[in-house]
Amino acid sequence: MDKGLISSEVERTSLPRFLAWLLPWVLILGCGIWAMKLCLGQGLFHTNMDNRFAFGLWIVLDLIIIALGAGAFFLGFLTYLMKQKEMREVLNTAVIVGFICYSGAIITLAVDIGQPIRFWYAYWHANVHSMLTEVTFCISIYLMVLAIEYIPIILRNRKLKQIPLFLVLEFNLHRIMFLFAGLGTFLSFFHQGSLGGMFGVLNGKPFAFREGFAIWPTTFFLFILSAIASGPSFIMLISMIVSKLSNKRLVSRDVLSRLGRISGILMSVYVIAKLIDTIAWIVVTAPSSGFDVAEFYRNEPFGTWVLFAELTIFGLLPATILLNRNRTRQTKWLVLGGFLTCFGIAFNRFVVTLQSQSVPVLSFDRFMIYWPTWQEWAIVGAVIAYGVILYSLSFRYLPLFPREKDLQAPRRND
Amino acid sequence: MVIDLDRCTGCGACMVACAVENNLPTPPVEAQDNRGLTWLRVYQCGNGRTFPDFKTVFIPVPCMQCDHAPCIHVCPVTAVDYDTETGIVGQIPERCMGCRYCMAACPYHARTFNWWDPVWPKGMEKSLNPDVSPRMRGTAEKCNFCHGRLHRAREKAASEGRRDLNPGEYIPACVEACPTRAIHFGDLQDSEDPVAKLSKSPHAFRLLESLRTFPKVFYLSRQDWVKDVGKSRLEMLRKDIYRDSESESNG
Ligand code: SF4
Repeated sequence: MDKGLISSEVERTSLPRFLAWLLPWVLILGCGIWAMKLCLGQGLFHTNMDNRFAFGLWIVLDLIIIALGAGAFFLGFLTYLMKQKEMREVLNTAVIVGFICYSGAIITLAVDIGQPIRFWYAYWHANVHSMLTEVTFCISIYLMVLAIEYIPIILRNRKLKQIPLFLVLEFNLHRIMFLFAGLGTFLSFFHQGSLGGMFGVLNGKPFAFREGFAIWPTTFFLFILSAIASGPSFIMLISMIVSKLSNKRLVSRDVLSRLGRISGILMSVYVIAKLIDTIAWIVVTAPSSGFDVAEFYRNEPFGTWVLFAELTIFGLLPATILLNRNRTRQTKWLVLGGFLTCFGIAFNRFVVTLQSQSVPVLSFDRFMIYWPTWQEWAIVGAVIAYGVILYSLSFRYLPLFPREKDLQAPRRND
Repeated sequence: MVIDLDRCTGCGACMVACAVENNLPTPPVEAQDNRGLTWLRVYQCGNGRTFPDFKTVFIPVPCMQCDHAPCIHVCPVTAVDYDTETGIVGQIPERCMGCRYCMAACPYHARTFNWWDPVWPKGMEKSLNPDVSPRMRGTAEKCNFCHGRLHRAREKAASEGRRDLNPGEYIPACVEACPTRAIHFGDLQDSEDPVAKLSKSPHAFRLLESLRTFPKVFYLSRQDWVKDVGKSRLEMLRKDIYRDSESESNG
């Protein structure tokens, strides 16, 4: 049965080995489901969030995975709209990773909101002025788009494609996929921005507040830029990790290097934009909100090193590495550049979410820090485990890498 | 509302009155201060100097009912609204889905969240205020200047054939309970109202004025350091007020 589901053109590990790989992830998932049951059934007192830290680890996770999931829309955009055909080599992975990221974010949000059954109020009583409304609309519609993009990949399974109806459906869906790529690009552009805008419009939180262009604070644009910079790097890293674990070449070196260089170019634009934005914030925005910028970085662990690390170690450094054509030809540099880019974006989301709440605004308030409970960690673990399991199943039973067979052929040079 | 900080003794009567009036449940012991359900907190802060220069002040902080409230435009489900007639920022718990974006937006920490199912001491649930609906777990809430009292006063006026309320006919519970008469309540738009006059006093200031949220709660103090502490951290730094000391807060 298992063998019959695996494409005849590729080789996969034995079923017992595959199940042994899945087992720890299933346990992590189970632990997270238990934590979800506690939070949904008894209340959010199981977390360490409080009236001051209204947003905690889960919002950090959401912001991170949505940024990293940007590879899905960006590679769709490159493949279908910019006609970069070679990106097809990683497009399936990008779609699945995107689907995992967005569905994972929605699962986390469902636990995070205090009244998850009322989620539909966001559509029914939508407040058009709230950035969160736009995020809700775009993310849920985009998840549907990703599901539609995922279907043709599933229908290419060895057994499923024997059914003529599915074959026709897959063929037709494939022909109109450029439409969904366009729609996905449009939706993603706005919700990636709105996630940044959510924090940038907080005029009551001078650490996060930014002046902007029309209704959009500068964080709107910075979030879009950083997401499209990290998306390709993340897809590149995933492809390399899967390649390593399965001991197979899955994507040509040329495509991996290209993904790295795309990240590098976008990362450099992002770093310049972030630098300008930071200077404007230091000189104009923060003082006009009644703050001396040094105040934001007065308390550890959020000292000045945070700003330095964001701009240099996780900004300038990966941009420099990935912009260099020679370096992107070497695996170690590619991995380092990609990792620093992805970690940097995750670090940025962490800082935006938590530091802006740690820093007191009232002059007679205290600086506070927050540490999540095991339930919060368990749910984060569950989302990661869910992603690993879904991707592993997809890798085993679906033809994800169109050039896999080709790249295994002896003496082939790319 | 105008709160005279030179009169406030920090007794906490306002907090108790607020809790009873608005059916605030008893939070479990683990709630500590940052998960408490108090709609009004009294902060204590000092000038950071040592005896004999030490000075202290108590600052009651209810919802500021800002004219440009940071919480209104962020709520995705329109559960926060601005009543243009009264200027009160209302909260609709029945519509709140508990995303807590409004709490992240409020610089005054005026908002609280129902982390637990509401529980009252045995028997007390029978004496809850019938004018205020209890809130359920998973929703955000905050001070609304005792909206229930406003409704009751309006109904009384209507039953007497009046459209307008008489001065003093509607006051929040904290104002009524304050033993030192430190809290004043009235119509800020009526230039003849004593509260409107107090708000124009040279000793009046608002919390975090630099954020341009335009609160409708004014504070009064004749002590300059208190004004600077209230206005912004930058002001405090400029005047060298307890730069190195942590403030204390209770609530
Ligand atoms: S917690 Fe409730 S009131 Fe606050 S933003 Fe979310 S839905 Fe709106």
